Amino acid sequence: MTALLEARGLCKAYGALSVTDDLSMQVAAGELHAVIGPNGAGKTTLIAQLSGQLAPDRGSIRFGGRDVTRLDMPARLRLGLARSFQITTLMPAMTALENVALAVQGRSGSSFRFWRPVAAERALNEAAMACLEEVGMAGRAGRPAGAMSHGEKRQLELAVALACEPRLLLLDEPLAGTGPQEAEVLVALLARLKGRITMLLIEHDMEAVFALADRVSVLVYGRILASGAPEAIRQDPKVRAAYLGEEAG
Amino acid sequence: MSRPAQRGMSGRAKAALALIALMALVPPLAALAGDPFLTVVASRMAVFAIAALSLDLILGFGALVSFGHAAYLGLGAYAVAVCARHGITDLFVQIAAGAAASALFALVSGAISLRTRGIYFIMITLAFGQMAYFFFVSLSAYGGDDGTTLAARSTVFGRPLLENDTVFFYVVLACLATAFGLLHRLAGSRFGRALAGTRESELRMQAIGFRPFRYRLAAYVISGMICSVAGVLLANQTEYVSPAYMAWTRSGELIVMLLLGGIGTLAGAMAGALATVALEELLAGWSEHWRLGFGLILLGVVLWSPAGLTGLIRRLLPEEGR
Repeated sequence: MTALLEARGLCKAYGALSVTDDLSMQVAAGELHAVIGPNGAGKTTLIAQLSGQLAPDRGSIRFGGRDVTRLDMPARLRLGLARSFQITTLMPAMTALENVALAVQGRSGSSFRFWRPVAAERALNEAAMACLEEVGMAGRAGRPAGAMSHGEKRQLELAVALACEPRLLLLDEPLAGTGPQEAEVLVALLARLKGRITMLLIEHDMEAVFALADRVSVLVYGRILASGAPEAIRQDPKVRAAYLGEEAG
Repeated sequence: MSRPAQRGMSGRAKAALALIALMALVPPLAALAGDPFLTVVASRMAVFAIAALSLDLILGFGALVSFGHAAYLGLGAYAVAVCARHGITDLFVQIAAGAAASALFALVSGAISLRTRGIYFIMITLAFGQMAYFFFVSLSAYGGDDGTTLAARSTVFGRPLLENDTVFFYVVLACLATAFGLLHRLAGSRFGRALAGTRESELRMQAIGFRPFRYRLAAYVISGMICSVAGVLLANQTEYVSPAYMAWTRSGELIVMLLLGGIGTLAGAMAGALATVALEELLAGWSEHWRLGFGLILLGVVLWSPAGLTGLIRRLLPEEGR
């Protein structure tokens, strides 16, 4: 297996607090790699560094064989590294279709076009519609994102990420705050995407993680404590002691 | 898909065009009423409507509260004075000169101020506005603090067409219609959607591949250039140019116009400018303390209809929607 994404010796500290502590990990092409860990383990900070939102203090990140450590988010996105957000950052006043079409616009052609109505660009709308269909939101295309239920927003969040046509998708707790039925829809969706898009999934929902992941890494205090197949991780005494004990029981 | 832009023109755009069409009726009505001064007031309304429209691009669509926008009114006005001093009286050349100077000023001041957010952005735009103000205060060749009187209005194709107040009014109105048309198209374009995206979520925009700074700076420059046209017209209307056009209180008035009319709607910017100039004329006729009354009206609008006059009208006409 070749690594599509590789972090080596990542360090990030806020004052004396080391949030990412000499972290190294690989995501192989085609796999769904889950990262689990207790609250405060540094999961979101890891995503922020991998996506380019946050610069690491030390260490390097390679994506598709290129060193991307110094590239910002838009530049990494252009290489195919996209992300979703834990806290919804959709455009509340825009409709679902407009939210997704804006992401399509971001990767296709210049946005310094001042005259032609963007709402009438068929290529944009069709590509956006396809992404909405993919997440089962085609019927909600005309609704403002701000007026949607939490579960719908999570689905739309994925549609926006798909619109970026990623080679690798960094998913920051896509199930956060969803009810059991909403979570079921999203897990089924991720299972469909699996294999087609490489994914790094950060998630608290253990059931979802063990159902979806090809490989699981356990993050504790900013370090990878263990990494391996879901079954092996479930049995790992270190992991059970540090984290899984109460939850996987 | 129910999408306003595909259903044809939005209610707001129709309202804006209706407003422009109504204004076009002012000169004949003024002639009927035997009060030519109405046309002069309408010219002033249209001039400030252009300035308010330009501010709406950055404040309404980009959520960038610029407190130095009057600087572009001043740059346009001084373009007239400086050109006229050097024997260039052609309106189009003066507009081009004002727009070029404004583009440069906006590019430099925007490149610096757009690196900040919130209160810092407001303060830096205010500082740049004040720098421009004091530059012209100290420019004694053009009267310094007192400003300078223009010998005549600008010429069009070498002819003094603008000397006639009615012709001048229609020229201003044509500029207003053009400015509205340009900004309306821009708001619905790829650029407009990207700019609206930077207003709603900067982080998301970066995550889907945009660098918000570029779009903000471009909007900032376009906005300044359009406002400078209002400055060129203002100088012609008053036949007088002074640093007072770019005082920070004037920048505040432009923001008040948007608040009054409704931010981010273009039609609201126009309605707000019209209402502000109208109230100024009416209330000033009653009392020299007219600002007190104006303040109370503004307070009422902000408290009871935060979306301004357009919001109020929309509530009264629920059918029209957007």
